[in-house]
Amino acid sequence: MNNISLAAYLSWQEVWRNRGRFFLVSLVIALITLLVLFIAALGEGLGNANRQYLSRLDADLLVYLEKTDFVIPSSRVERSTIRAVRRVEGVADAGGIAASNTAILLNGEEEVLKVSLLGIEPGRPGDPPVVEGRRISGDQAREVVIDRNVILRSDIKVGDLITIRSTQGTRDEFYTLRVVGLTEGQQYTFQPSIFVPYETWDRVRTKSDAERERASSTVNVIAVRLAEGSQAVDVSANMTTRIDNIEIADIQTAIENVPGYTAQQSTVQTQAVFTLLIGVLVIGGFFQIQILQKVPQIGVLKAIGASNAMVGLAAVMQIIITTTLGVALGSLLAFLFSLGFPPTVPIVFDGLSSAVAIVALLLIGPLGGMVSIFYAVRIEPLKALRLS
Amino acid sequence: MPLALEVKNVVKTFQSDSGEIRAVDDVSFAVEAGEFVALVGPSGSGKTTMLSILAALLTPTDGQVLIDGTDLARMSETERVVLRRQKIGFTFQSNNLIPYLTARENVELMIRLNNKFDRAAKVRSAELLSRLGLGERLNNLPAQMSGGQQQRVAIARALIHAPTVVLADEPTASLDTERAFQVVQTFAALIHENNRAGIMVTHDLRMCQYVDRVLQMRDGKLVKVYDTREEILALAKGE
Repeated sequence: MNNISLAAYLSWQEVWRNRGRFFLVSLVIALITLLVLFIAALGEGLGNANRQYLSRLDADLLVYLEKTDFVIPSSRVERSTIRAVRRVEGVADAGGIAASNTAILLNGEEEVLKVSLLGIEPGRPGDPPVVEGRRISGDQAREVVIDRNVILRSDIKVGDLITIRSTQGTRDEFYTLRVVGLTEGQQYTFQPSIFVPYETWDRVRTKSDAERERASSTVNVIAVRLAEGSQAVDVSANMTTRIDNIEIADIQTAIENVPGYTAQQSTVQTQAVFTLLIGVLVIGGFFQIQILQKVPQIGVLKAIGASNAMVGLAAVMQIIITTTLGVALGSLLAFLFSLGFPPTVPIVFDGLSSAVAIVALLLIGPLGGMVSIFYAVRIEPLKALRLS
Repeated sequence: MPLALEVKNVVKTFQSDSGEIRAVDDVSFAVEAGEFVALVGPSGSGKTTMLSILAALLTPTDGQVLIDGTDLARMSETERVVLRRQKIGFTFQSNNLIPYLTARENVELMIRLNNKFDRAAKVRSAELLSRLGLGERLNNLPAQMSGGQQQRVAIARALIHAPTVVLADEPTASLDTERAFQVVQTFAALIHENNRAGIMVTHDLRMCQYVDRVLQMRDGKLVKVYDTREEILALAKGE
């Protein structure tokens, strides 16, 4: 106990009496924290922009066309398959999802907002929950539910009519839809999403000349919600036995196979890991130099009866104080900066990823200072005081 | 007077490329409580090695070192750490003080190490520093004090926890003559007043005028003991 209180006393006195020097180190740690948190937030933001709609689906499985490697744009599943899927034991409900892109005209056609156009079956899996207004009323309705990200980038609100531009063959066509509801956090493939009934989707989506002549009979994927108590593995096996030409993925697999998602996330994570490594080296270097400068001092402490445990503990506490201050400062700076970012910048300070980053940052101090702590403990008073 | 320190046939050898070196060779002496002893000798005579053994920083190759009757040579490293903080007071040539602690805190550190820090100890530290002429410097950091003042703080730190033995390694090495005399004189006075056993290693024979006995070492051996006032004063005057 005396070791702990004495170590705390000595480490705090040293930090306080040399606060300028330690503050500079904390500032370096704060900058590393800022960088790591921004990289984590960027990873979260980019990930969200890609996966948000899929991760919030009220479904447990996605059904793809066979041999499409779980790539949604490559998959085309016949609509008749949806009915077959619903009949499989253990399936509570299933709904088709069709995806394409479109542009909403803003400010009298002077500007456009590019969005993901998602065709869903109202009331079925894939139909997003609304936080304002209401859901789409029927399969034929010229109604649209928009993601809040659309509102953040425009002045559209629930009840408005919006015009979307669609290339039909080689010509641009314009369609008017009424915004009936607002949903939240539903970005898909880096764009805010708008949701229309499947029949409307098929009418307004971009088509080639050949496609214009006939109605589509396919969706990209089928979202499957399992009945309570059903096991995904059993239902998947059952489905693939009973229905030809399909492959099934859970939501996580579906997200990982969104084109570019895994590569993008691993790139961002590599950046974060390298930044943490740099942090370890910077902090390690600083504390090592500091311990080298303090060799005679540590020698005196040991000669007058301080134990190795006390000396080591004091070094650890000093590192913890400096690192905690730096991480707190960096987190505050990151929070303040985040307030100024426009919604178009994909930076999202998610609680969990920020917490993981902060814990990692708090650990890099003691990790970086490990060598110096061992060095401090191994200092021999005789040599330190040049008595030998 | 009870014996505070007994050194019996102590030998310390080191291995070097040219063979075994006997840094301390069969040295025996004893110091009573309240006695101030100087350990003198030329460079390489073994006095610093002897002091390191007395400070429980080095174990003798052979022989016994008894502090309050306890043999240092038989102690574990942990026991020696405890002994250093409880029964030994130590001042060094330089780098004596912890630079981020004030004069008062440096002295109090010894009491904190012994887990006996309280209001009374705080008062005692301030009184001892005042006694050493540092009443105005209690809250000064070492960098804000002269070399002599720093040495006096170190003396206070070496005495504050009422150790059995107080050791001083060349306490005047970094001081000018006038301050050196002041420091040793104060040191001697406190050793006598507090009834501690004091041992000072010095190469400056003039400082011996304040001690009760002088032990002269050469080539690791204790070659002569000066124990009369006349002998000591003659040695101090270089006669």
